[in-house]
Amino acid sequence: MKTLLALPRRLAAKIVGLAISLLVRFLTAVRPDWRGIEPVHRQRVYYANHVSNADMPMIWSVLPPNMRRTVRPVAAADYWLKNKLRAFVGPEVFNCVLVDRRPEARAENHDPMQNILDALDDGSSLIIFPEGNRNMTEDPLLPFKAGLYNMGRARPQVDLVPTWIANVTDIMPKGEVIPLPLICTVTFGAPIHVGADEDKDAFLARAADALADLAPKGERL
Amino acid sequence: MTVTSTTAELLWLFIATCGLMTALTFFGEVLRARAGHDNPVIETFMTRVRSWWGMVILLTLALIAGKIGIVVLFAFTSFAALREFLTLTSKRKADHLSLALAFFVILPLQYLFVGMGWQTLYSVFIPVYAFLLLPVVSALRGNPDRFLVRVAETQWALMIAVFCMSHVPALLSMQVDGYPADRGVLLIAFLIMVVQFGDLLDFFFGRRIGRKRIIEGISAKTWEGMACGVICAALIGGLLAWMTPFSILGAALMAGLASLVGMFGNLVFAAVKRDRGVKDWSHLIPGQGGFMDQFDSVIFAAPIFYHVINLIYV
Repeated sequence: MKTLLALPRRLAAKIVGLAISLLVRFLTAVRPDWRGIEPVHRQRVYYANHVSNADMPMIWSVLPPNMRRTVRPVAAADYWLKNKLRAFVGPEVFNCVLVDRRPEARAENHDPMQNILDALDDGSSLIIFPEGNRNMTEDPLLPFKAGLYNMGRARPQVDLVPTWIANVTDIMPKGEVIPLPLICTVTFGAPIHVGADEDKDAFLARAADALADLAPKGERL
Repeated sequence: MTVTSTTAELLWLFIATCGLMTALTFFGEVLRARAGHDNPVIETFMTRVRSWWGMVILLTLALIAGKIGIVVLFAFTSFAALREFLTLTSKRKADHLSLALAFFVILPLQYLFVGMGWQTLYSVFIPVYAFLLLPVVSALRGNPDRFLVRVAETQWALMIAVFCMSHVPALLSMQVDGYPADRGVLLIAFLIMVVQFGDLLDFFFGRRIGRKRIIEGISAKTWEGMACGVICAALIGGLLAWMTPFSILGAALMAGLASLVGMFGNLVFAAVKRDRGVKDWSHLIPGQGGFMDQFDSVIFAAPIFYHVINLIYV
């Protein structure tokens, strides 16, 4: 019975994925700027700034479909398992790697970093938001959590690619219901790696600078 | 369905344009066969020819579909242009509602009024009602930071991308003596063709014989290129006089005027783009940049063309 249902579910996930990427493209005309890398198959961790729930679908939509299959967003289990619809969209449409942010709610054997490393060992690329939470401040970035450093240290062969999502704050500010159909640009920078004798804080500062450098220049108008 | 004479003329026009486009495509392929597939100038030219094919086919389908087709096509073009414009303007969270109104209420209403032919309404809706309403909505949300700049830029975006653009389909509601209403689609084809060919020939002659830049450092347009472009547009206008209610001389003059105004529009938008530090408005039309890049001259020419006809011929 389970195998009988698996095929239509996978088909439905494909269709929903296509619909989401078309909707995102129609609404925001989102476009990629491959400034530091080429859109080719290579194992990467795309780490991005995070201001809105629309961020992850934006990055996902600009990836060419053949790359999309092997790219898995790292996402919060408490958000994506809240109801049946999310549990379908998160794990099945986006193929998320779910991690639990709340230590008290974790199952005995749940180690978030182990889930992430397992996904990397399977050959997947990842999308992560190293700020941990949505940035509601005026600062361009919140301080990064240690996860990015730990990944870079444990799997040094994987490229860490800074990914800046521009304009999402204007498209959908917190508390607004109607998204504005402005043009969103996703900029991919040159990959970085953890240096041989680089400590955690120095690396995270370097990673944050590499990401902030991709933001459009000029004063806020 | 009986084929009316207007539809038949549109089809002839389409066939002639396709002939021209085929010649351009063939020309590009010959160049490509000689120079190989990695010459950037030829590849840009071919990308543009492909985009032109798309535009010619879309526009012809809309013109044949008649009023609804035209209004819907230009409503979507306005939407794309407004999006490109508002992406670059100043805004705060306090403007969110007024910007949403601009996209989802004001734009559709303007095209509804144009579609219904309510001239008194579509002529004042954005310059009067939207002009006064949107700043109120922004003010009520209470952030005074750069307020005047924000509301002025939003209004400018609406005037250019929606109000001016909507004067192209508004040509359909024009009542010119001795010119059947269903021929309005030919008038639209006339306006777009003379303006776009004028731009193309301005570019061509500007490259060949252009010496004196019109605005140094902002635009590559030259006085020589512009003069040749306008004269060619006038000549083409004279040849296409059969599409219009004008005499041959009148058609040439109207075409020259539309092309001239359009070129100045192009200069204005070059200054706006330079101010905002962008080369193109967006990436949506391959080889051309954005919708605003493709239609900047038509946007400036349309209201002038519309009102001069109103002044002289109605």
